Amino acid sequence: MRGYVLKRLAQAVGVLWAAYTVSFLVLDYLPGDPVTAMAGAGMDSGQVDPRQIAALRHEYGFDKPVLAQYAEYLGRAVRGDFGNAVTTGRPVSSTLADALPQTLQLTATALLFAVVLGGGLAVAATYTRRRRLRQLLLSLPPLGVSVPTFWVGLLLVEAFSFRLRWFPAFGNDGPRGLVLPALTLAVPTGAQLAQVLAKSLLTALDQAYVETARAKGAGRWRVHLRHALRNASLPALTVVGLLVGQLIAGSVVVETVFSRDGLGRVTAAAVTAQDIPVVQGVVAFGALVFVTTNLVVDLIYPLLDPRIVVASGRRAGVA
Amino acid sequence: MTDERERGEHGENREHGESGETGAKGGIGEHAESGGDVTAPLLEIRGLSVSYRTRGGTVAAVRGVDLDVWPGEVTAVVGESGSGKSTTAHAITRLLPDSGSIDAGTVRFGRHELTTLSEAELRAVRGARIGLVPQDPTVSLNPVKRIGEQVAEVLRIHGLTSRRSAAAEAIAVLERAGLPDAAVRARQYPHELSGGMRQRVLIAVAIAARPELIVADEPTSALDVTVQRVILDHLQRLAEESGTAVLLVTHDLGVAADRAQRLVVMAQGRVVEAGPTRDVLADPRDAYTRRLLASAPSLAGARRRPSPPVPRTHTAPLLEARNLVKEFRLPRAGEGPRTLRAVDDVSFTLQRGQTLALVGESGSGKSTTARLALRLADATAGQVLFDGSDVTTVAGSRARELRRRAQLVYQNPYASLDPRFSIGEVITEPLRAFKVGDRASRLARARELLDRVALSAAVLDRRPAELSGGQRQRVAIARALALSPDLVVCDEPVSALDVSVQAQVLELLVELQDRTGVAYLFISHDLAVVRQIAHQVAVMRAGRVVETGPVDDLFARPRHAYTRELLAAIPGGRVPSPAAETVATVPATRTRCVPSPARLNPRTRWGT
Repeated sequence: MRGYVLKRLAQAVGVLWAAYTVSFLVLDYLPGDPVTAMAGAGMDSGQVDPRQIAALRHEYGFDKPVLAQYAEYLGRAVRGDFGNAVTTGRPVSSTLADALPQTLQLTATALLFAVVLGGGLAVAATYTRRRRLRQLLLSLPPLGVSVPTFWVGLLLVEAFSFRLRWFPAFGNDGPRGLVLPALTLAVPTGAQLAQVLAKSLLTALDQAYVETARAKGAGRWRVHLRHALRNASLPALTVVGLLVGQLIAGSVVVETVFSRDGLGRVTAAAVTAQDIPVVQGVVAFGALVFVTTNLVVDLIYPLLDPRIVVASGRRAGVA
Repeated sequence: MTDERERGEHGENREHGESGETGAKGGIGEHAESGGDVTAPLLEIRGLSVSYRTRGGTVAAVRGVDLDVWPGEVTAVVGESGSGKSTTAHAITRLLPDSGSIDAGTVRFGRHELTTLSEAELRAVRGARIGLVPQDPTVSLNPVKRIGEQVAEVLRIHGLTSRRSAAAEAIAVLERAGLPDAAVRARQYPHELSGGMRQRVLIAVAIAARPELIVADEPTSALDVTVQRVILDHLQRLAEESGTAVLLVTHDLGVAADRAQRLVVMAQGRVVEAGPTRDVLADPRDAYTRRLLASAPSLAGARRRPSPPVPRTHTAPLLEARNLVKEFRLPRAGEGPRTLRAVDDVSFTLQRGQTLALVGESGSGKSTTARLALRLADATAGQVLFDGSDVTTVAGSRARELRRRAQLVYQNPYASLDPRFSIGEVITEPLRAFKVGDRASRLARARELLDRVALSAAVLDRRPAELSGGQRQRVAIARALALSPDLVVCDEPVSALDVSVQAQVLELLVELQDRTGVAYLFISHDLAVVRQIAHQVAVMRAGRVVETGPVDDLFARPRHAYTRELLAAIPGGRVPSPAAETVATVPATRTRCVPSPARLNPRTRWGT
């Protein structure tokens, strides 16, 4: 067990390093240069002093060879120091730390919505005996996956803010302001979860042990929740691990649509301004969250399915 | 369709004349509500019709079945796959898949009419008054729940125990079902138990609420023969002790003959014959019953194998194994051995044109031994000689040459043929692999081979999915013979097939050996099948050969205790003449008429 966790931690470090390196290379090869952008924004339209630009370049280390830049940045990144943001001059770490709580609230609420709504939809669709209703319910997830997030957001704002005036349309104020953005973010996430869970529930309900349970005199609800759902939850759990990464990515769009402060907007602004240190900080943070959730998911598996042996990370006895 | 017409069509129903005999059976008193009246059956099915909705329309699976189960008796429903026997059993408590529906008929159980009960009323019957022992113990327990919890669930559902006492009661029920170390097992998960143990757990689930009727759907088909015997003995004893009626669904006429007072033979969704077991077996009236009787391997005595050719001792054996050992590394898990010795010092010889059977139960190492002989696995120690030359470590072109001369027929014809190949492609694949002939000559060879295995050349363009199991196994045999090999290894070639098809395939194998002089290394768990085809037998247990010899000697004078155990486990000992004449040569099988208390001991060594 301990050996397994250590091995997984080593893998996680490898993934983080790879994510950082790839993002560094991509950003390095992009045309343009943050100093130019910054200088352009800071000066009046007209001539920019080349010497000033060179000084800035030197200050941020852009005049050094790529490899030297990489080594320096990586060395600092390991210590949690991603340098200063080019646009604001504030340290990247504190920029991210300031934005994090808002986004954490948003994504956590969205995840809760996604699990409750997506899971509920999957259970309801597989439980009902009415064919029409089942088909209707099962057609919702593909719809949820295919409509664009910003459009869902605009629809929700139109309906619940402008018409019904239940929730505010934008801003960061309080739990009421959280509902619509979290719902928007939860739609594609919950839809994917519902698709996977419904599929694996139907598979589980076809298994012989379900018949054994029915032969015991168990009611449908009991068969569904106590026998099928637990077996079906494993593939869904895998999906949840992947979806957490997606939620962070989705926050870029949602925070922009709802004008919320948070990591997503920081990212959007940093990308627009080619603020490389900030972008790299975001990438590293995203990778860290992703790696951590998947490690947690892997550690939960054995609790749900006794056939999974942690030591090998593989299922035993399942053909 | 009325009951009378159905019965008229399929011969006189002999059940009703027998009720006097039933009355003599004891142990029915405790079920006063429904079982008290011994002049009436406990379960009375009339004109039952069940159909399944499929993409191609509705398919009738059961057509107008009449069936009675009397209190305290074992009634066996016998038939081949697709006969509707299992559907009938499941329709009793309406445990049909969503696509199945009961179209007509009545199912009277005690004073209830089960076909019209509400779902909630039916739940009170399921588990509490009718228990089900399902077919495959390896998939019939919930993999993520503890054993004890799954047994206790029946009691909890029917309010027979409190939350507090559930665990202790579950252990008591498991003990009653004959599970050793019940208290320990109750805390384990299904995958930690063997197949036999899991079937005991399922029996515990079925008997927990002390039902009046147990429906056992092929309860032992997935288990080894010796385990099968112990499980059936125990089920029978439980039923006798509590006066529980049993509806035993089985494809094995031998099992039915040994266990049931009444026999119901089904074919194509109809009951073709029904009556007291000995009457039906002694004087089968229906042609299908007679055919079933004739082809049951456990009952048939007539050997299909040709008389052994004069042993040519001067020629070298075709295949010789010398002290073969195969060890597998085990995953590291705490203490315990690091390696598993699957094959332990195994030696045998196989002469040209003869059949050597490797017999043993699952885990005995018989399949691994065959894989070593074919160089499909590397031996840890020992030697394999093929036609006099050492092939233990051959690789490259010499290994390929061996492949050409030694072929395989697998157990499961449903999985061993590529579903995307046409039958012609399947059969000619070895020829293409070895670049034998051109397109036309390969096709001609395929036609010739199909003719040999008694299939029409019309199947050349078909896909495996369009053929039946027996036809597919014929195709697999044709493929194995394509290169005219000297040796064909048959790994349980008939165990996935219905008995009547089994008989045909065995006959075919014998005939092909006669004509081509091919030698078979025949792997089987079924001594009854081995008896029909082998010249020599090697009995394997736990990686070792415990006994070897000519098939007749082994059956007539088994020396090793394990061989005797295997022989005794062959079902069908109670079957009267004509099969009895041949069974009589096997003394051990005759004793099963009167099970001795010792034999009934659930903790028999091979039990789990």
